[in-house]
Amino acid sequence: MSHEPLIVLDAVNKWFGDLHVLRDVSLTVDRGEVVVVIGPSGSGKSTLCRAVNRLETINSGTIRFDGKELPAEGRSLAKLRSEVGMVFQSFNLFAHMSILDNVMLGPVKVRGESKAVARERALALLDRVGIANQADKLPVQLSGGQQQRVAIARALAMQPKAMLFDEPTSALDPEMVGEVLEVMTSLAKEGMTMIVVTHEMGFARAAADRVAFMADGQLVEQAPPAEFFGNPKSERARDFLSKVLQH
Amino acid sequence: MDVFSDPANLQLYIDGFLMILKLTGASTLLALVLGLLLAACRVSPVPVLRAFGAGWVHLFRNTPLTLVILFCFFGLYSAVGVEFSDDLHINNYWLAVTGLSAYTAAFVCEAIRSGINTVPLGQAEAARALGLTFTQNLRLIILPQAMRSVVAPLGSIVIALTKNATIAGVIGVPEASNSMKTLIEARGDQTIAIFAVFALTFVALLVPVGYGFSALANRLMVRR
Repeated sequence: MSHEPLIVLDAVNKWFGDLHVLRDVSLTVDRGEVVVVIGPSGSGKSTLCRAVNRLETINSGTIRFDGKELPAEGRSLAKLRSEVGMVFQSFNLFAHMSILDNVMLGPVKVRGESKAVARERALALLDRVGIANQADKLPVQLSGGQQQRVAIARALAMQPKAMLFDEPTSALDPEMVGEVLEVMTSLAKEGMTMIVVTHEMGFARAAADRVAFMADGQLVEQAPPAEFFGNPKSERARDFLSKVLQH
Repeated sequence: MDVFSDPANLQLYIDGFLMILKLTGASTLLALVLGLLLAACRVSPVPVLRAFGAGWVHLFRNTPLTLVILFCFFGLYSAVGVEFSDDLHINNYWLAVTGLSAYTAAFVCEAIRSGINTVPLGQAEAARALGLTFTQNLRLIILPQAMRSVVAPLGSIVIALTKNATIAGVIGVPEASNSMKTLIEARGDQTIAIFAVFALTFVALLVPVGYGFSALANRLMVRR
């Protein structure tokens, strides 16, 4: 892995009213690196993830992507977002479109690719995530795990420079978590730059290059998974791990 | 009922309802387009557009339609000089369509806006995350889903519009209620029968419209 920073957050602060959800958060993600963000509910993990493509605005600090500060709005922001794939907790597939159309929409409407080219890549991606035979169905006809795999394919169709995963398995039935994590693990192995907010400690151990632990809006510590899980430095992380790992 | 056995009277009845259909057809089309644009204004990030949309809705939804139609004639045409045609009848027809569309668009706008509120926030977020612009998001993701959820209320609006088209009579457009008045004045002995025929014709025209919109609403409903 090259140590070439792709995503750089510097002293980021965010308030929701009186609630200080991000406190001076600084985080650098290198090209090809997989950073898994864990921490208790309400610690600001999701907000951090959503701030990277500016679905959440920030109050102070800077976020740079690929060398440039995030644009505030308009076409340049849309362009930046098209380079960052995002996968949501609730899938958010477009309910009125077929699976195939969901995956083709971005390349055709945002990138202006021809339908034939977009269709070919969409089908290849659906095949990769194991949904090719469902291409003509509507999202509602698929299981949660299948929908989330389509959502990953939809994001990949834009050939993004990085992928953001905001609790991608939290809304899934337990038996479907594995199939989604499997796709994510293979992406990680291929060298995709990823920020993953999750409660799946197994995934963090297996696929992360680095674990970032957040609590109360602060990035408390970050370390390679073996070091973090084996020997957490902060009291807060030890406490959290003792609660999630004891069963 | 022998009032309708006179061919001239029958023609008056038929022409009256044909005019209602012509008024309704043109006004429905214009009101849908205008209502859609107003709804887009009301949810847009531009404050001026939002204020314009809100102003339109407040003005036209809270003004009696009779007043709006009268304004189209005495205000737009007589005072301001807006003229659609040299032919008085054609001119009055378009003045009435203008009033009906402007008025109905306010209701269409509010129906569509409530439809937009039924689309989960995640849909718009996913579209933004893909890099779609605000207009693309509205056109490709939000409105197609919003429109499907408001087919039934739009049906009610079209039904109301059809009945409201009779108000075009106040500026001399020869529609059904004008025909009815003429017939009653000529044949006062058959007032009840004449009323009944006109009322039942409206019912016969509009009951299928109601069922049609319900069926369409079921078919187009977005399943989540």
